[in-house]
Order: sequence, then structure tokens, then C-alpha cells
Amino acid sequence: MTGASRTLLAFAAFAVILAIAPMVFASGTSVTMMSVMGVMIIFALSYNMLLGETGLLSFGHAVYYGLAGFFAAHAMNLARQQGLPVPLPVIPLVGGVAGLFFGVLFGAVSTRRAGTVFAMITLGLGELVSAFALLMRTFFGGEDGISTNRAKLLPVFGYKFGPQIQIYYLIAIWCFVCVALMYAITRTPLGRMCNAVRDNPERAEFVGYSAQRVRFIAFSLSATFAGVAGALSAINFELMNSHAAGAGQSGAVLLMTYVGGVGQFIGPIIGAVLITFLQTSLSDVTKAWMLYFGLLFIGVVLFAPGGISGWLALHAPLVRGGRIFRLAPAYALAALPFAALFVGMVLLIELSYHMLVDAASEGTKTSVFHIAMDGASAPPWIATVVLLVGGVLGLRAVWPKIGDAWAAATEPTGGEA
Amino acid sequence: MTPALALRDLRKSFGPTEIIRGVTLDIQAGERHAIIGPNGAGKSTMFHLISGRIKPTAGSIALKGEDITGLEPYEINHRGLSRSFQVTNIFPKLTVYENIRCSVLWSLGYRYSFWRFVDRLRDANERAEEIMEEIGLSARKNTPASILAYAEQRALEIGITIAGGAEVIMLDEPTAGMSNKETEQAVALIRKVSEGRTLVMVEHDMSVVFGLADRISVLVYGQIIATGAPAEIRADKAVREAYLGEEAH
Repeated sequence: MTGASRTLLAFAAFAVILAIAPMVFASGTSVTMMSVMGVMIIFALSYNMLLGETGLLSFGHAVYYGLAGFFAAHAMNLARQQGLPVPLPVIPLVGGVAGLFFGVLFGAVSTRRAGTVFAMITLGLGELVSAFALLMRTFFGGEDGISTNRAKLLPVFGYKFGPQIQIYYLIAIWCFVCVALMYAITRTPLGRMCNAVRDNPERAEFVGYSAQRVRFIAFSLSATFAGVAGALSAINFELMNSHAAGAGQSGAVLLMTYVGGVGQFIGPIIGAVLITFLQTSLSDVTKAWMLYFGLLFIGVVLFAPGGISGWLALHAPLVRGGRIFRLAPAYALAALPFAALFVGMVLLIELSYHMLVDAASEGTKTSVFHIAMDGASAPPWIATVVLLVGGVLGLRAVWPKIGDAWAAATEPTGGEA
Repeated sequence: MTPALALRDLRKSFGPTEIIRGVTLDIQAGERHAIIGPNGAGKSTMFHLISGRIKPTAGSIALKGEDITGLEPYEINHRGLSRSFQVTNIFPKLTVYENIRCSVLWSLGYRYSFWRFVDRLRDANERAEEIMEEIGLSARKNTPASILAYAEQRALEIGITIAGGAEVIMLDEPTAGMSNKETEQAVALIRKVSEGRTLVMVEHDMSVVFGLADRISVLVYGQIIATGAPAEIRADKAVREAYLGEEAH
């Protein structure tokens, strides 16, 4: 199968998944969550146009997402008040144009240099916009934000976009189009030169390309897609507040993209889906859910710098060669200490959180994994220490075995394919 | 005839230290010109000045009659000059093919376009295949550049330099660190790719210099002390004292 037909197949599969997902997961909560996932897929992929493709680490990508969201919310309100014949599905275009505008404006000052200088400027611009948002209350709506009503615009084929399922499909279609466009851009002269500039900006200049121009165009395009995502978010929640443009949201998109993996196109998609799922479901399970994100991020940075997709890609040749089973015994062996470490970590976090935050009001008794325990007694803490220490020692013991298994699984191929 | 490159009283200071101290040199179109000189003479600095990597303190540089002093590297590249680097300077994560293809895109006019697929640009892909064939790396097409052997990376370095079809090619120590056999292959490659173009080359290996160059300039402490045909340089008394005396065999 050629590369082109593989790509077409992948996109066909993506379209099918988008189409049938709400039939498989039909509950209201799932459809709401999947709507957010669609928005985040666009946002994270737009971020990876910078980070993975062009080598630009931005700490202020939410600026374009958030500002565009406000423009979209105001556009919806304006259309409703003035009775303009604007249907909801074109509102993301307003977001895209707003994102592009601010991308061009801020990109011009930030893309002169890559690396630390770029990162610092994006951080500064992010703070600038956040500070502005607090001052300009008419536009940003202060603490309450700007609310809007997605169902009051011009209906399309009788759809008024009140029900969440209609919003899901609106987001799904925009998501598919944006993903296809962003993938296509990686296959163009500009997309290739983004990689070249990421790898070696100096040499790119000596084959005729201004590294700054390449970065600037990539930045502007990236901001455009972030703007589309921001507008879809405004449509989805019917509310936009200044946190959407703030440092927290910029951090979230960095987390999604990095955990998913910056080296493969699919990485940010995996990251957006996983992190959105965790954000929604973890917060129901534990109050310390933010802490788990921090740990997940640190774990990925330390042990799987390629992210989930990078880790999977490592195994792809073994799967193709039918050798993946040779890794199974070693992985199975590692699963036990890994599980022990994981459970120990959760115990540590939950017990600590309970004792530090909730114990004063709720008493020292709590339950973790549905097991009742008393944080003031010794047994849970002893179990925690045993699991943590046992897990670490166990992992250290089996680590060489994984290395051996890798060597055995990859060795007979010899050289490269 | 307008020289391919004309340097006029070129100077470069780093702080109080003047590294290039008034270089005036014409390099004719179509000639293979070698620049030799002891370590620290300023050969690489001179390359950086001509190719725009650093800006001169004083003096001027003209490429085919057009003043290029102080232009950015990509602007100089657009005007028909391309250079290689002494320390391999490639796109490490890209494949050999992508390295070359990225280097032909501008010359074919594709600029910053993001509305056409690069795989469908027949001329760019054909040209990239040709260059890979020429530098002998066709078999390594899909290998990431970072895992190539040293001599292969040096060949890729030259491939990236010539891919854009520039009329003036500058090679900074193309055979540095190579074995005898690899050097022979590199010389054959350089001879082939510089056919019909202007070549400026910094090189330490005197057999390479005297085998390839039509003319040689000797740079010592930031000044050119002699320019001429290989035989003249060999016979030049000042050159022998300053340089060849200790290194030539």
C-alpha cells in the first residue's frame, strides 16, 4: 500500500470514528465530553504546528484560542441582536480570522528568534493579554465572562443547534476539516521547511529560506487554527471567560500535546482525547486530580520524551515484523512492580491530600479504592511505603530484562529496513 | 568580464582584534579557486563574511557585479551563492531525501507555499533524486541524516550546497577528517559538481588543493599574501616562508 492510500484510509477511519462515536457513547455526559475532545484536538494540533513541526515552545498559545473565542461570542451576540442572517456553522470562521489577526500581530514580534527568547516573549504576551482582559470589562466581561446563545442564530436545514448532539456533529465536521488541513500543510513546501528550520535554522537560511519568515507563517497559521478551536469552544459552552486565554489554558495545551507526542502527527490527537477524558472523569474521582496531571507530565518527560505516540511508534516495526510477542514476557514482568508503584503513589497522594486538606473538617477516616482507612493510623502509611519501595526496587530489577527483550526482538532484523 | 566574486578591502574585527585585515580579491566566473593558509588565518571568517553569516566591519563584496555586502544569508543564496560548512551542518532528523529536497525548493520557485503538496512537485522530486544519485546517497534515501556515516554526511553536506543549482559554490574544508580513499571520492565528486560553475574552496589537504584548483590565494593573518596559478604559488618565496615551508611535502 502506498503512503497516499494509507493516509486516505487513516482519514476515512477518522471520519467514521467521529461519525459513530456518539452512537457508541450515547449518554449526555459522553457527548458533552466528546465535543470538548473535538475542540481540543484542533487546539492541540495547532499547538504542535509550533512545537513539534517548527520547534517553537510557546507558553502563550491560549491567547489565540481565547481571544478568538471572545470574538466568536461577540459575533454570535451581534448576529442575534441585529438579526443578521449568519448561521452558526460559519462562526468558527470568525474565530479563525481573529486568530490569524492576532497571530500575525504577535507573531511579528515573537518569531524573530526561536528557543528561550521566543518562549519568553510568548509568556509575556500571554500575561499582557490576561492583564488586558481584566481591564477591558466590556469586551471580556470581567469575572463572569461573555455569555451567548448558540440556538438563536439563523437555522441551517432546520437545525437550530440547541441540542448537544447537533453541536457535537458541528464540532466533528470542523475538527475533521481542520485536522485534514493541518495534515496537508505538513506535506507542503512550507511544512517541510518548518521541519528544516526546527532541525537547523542556520542551514535553512543558506538554502534560501528566512528562518524567521518560516516561523512567522507557521505561527500565523497555527494561531488561525487555535482561533477556530476557540470559537468552537465558545459555541459549545455558550460562555467565554478570560481564563480561556490565560496561562492555565496555555499550559493545558502544552500538556496535551507533549503527553500525546510531538513527533507524530497523531500524537496531539491522542493527547487531547486522553487529557480531556482525564480532566472530566478524574475530577469526579479525586479532588487532587491536578496533581495527577503534574505527575503524568513529569513521568512522560522523564521516561517517554516522545509521548504516547512516540512510545507506540517505537513498537510499530515490531508489530509489523510480528515480533511484538517477544516483548510480552518482559512487559508482563514489569507490570507487577509498575502497578505496585502506581497504587503506592495514589495512596500517598490521596492520604496526604486528605490529611492536609480535608481531615480538619471531615475527620481522619477516608477511603481509597473503596477501602476504608484511617489516615491517623499507621497501616495505610506502611502499605504506601511498602508499595512505593517495592515498586521502585521491582522496576529496577526487571528493567534490564526489558532491555534484553528489546535487544532480542530487534536484533535479527540487523541494519535497517 | 565581471568577476563571480569581487572583494574590496574587506575587514572584520571582533572587538579590538582585526581578523580580516583588508582583503581584496577577484574570483573569475568558472574558475576553481582554493584559499589556503595556516590555522587562524581567517579562512572560515572570510567564508562567513562572503556568505552573509557575519557582517563585515568595512569593505564590500560583490557577487556577479551586484553588491551583497551586509545581506542576509538567504538573500545572498537567492542571488546565486551557496556554501557548505566545515563542521557538518545538515538537517539531522530529516531523511537524506528530505534534506536534499528542502534544499532545491527555493531555487525552483516554491518559496513559502502551503497550498501545494510537495510530493506532487515533479521537478523538485526529480531534481532531488538526481542530486542523491550525484552524491552517491541514493541507497540511503530514507535514512535520517543523523545516523549516516561521517563520509556520507560530508557528501550530504555537499549535496545540500549544490542542490539549489547556485552558480557560485563555496566549500569549507570538504575533505576534512576523511580517509585517503574517501578523499579521492570527494575530490571526484567536487570536480564533477563544480563543472561549469565557480568554486571557492578552503582546504588543508595540499594534494587536493593542487589537484583541483585553477588558482590559489594564500591567506595569512587576515591578509592575502599571494594569488596565482598553482605553479606560481609553489614558487612564491613569501608563501614558502609563511606557510608551505612547514606543511607542503
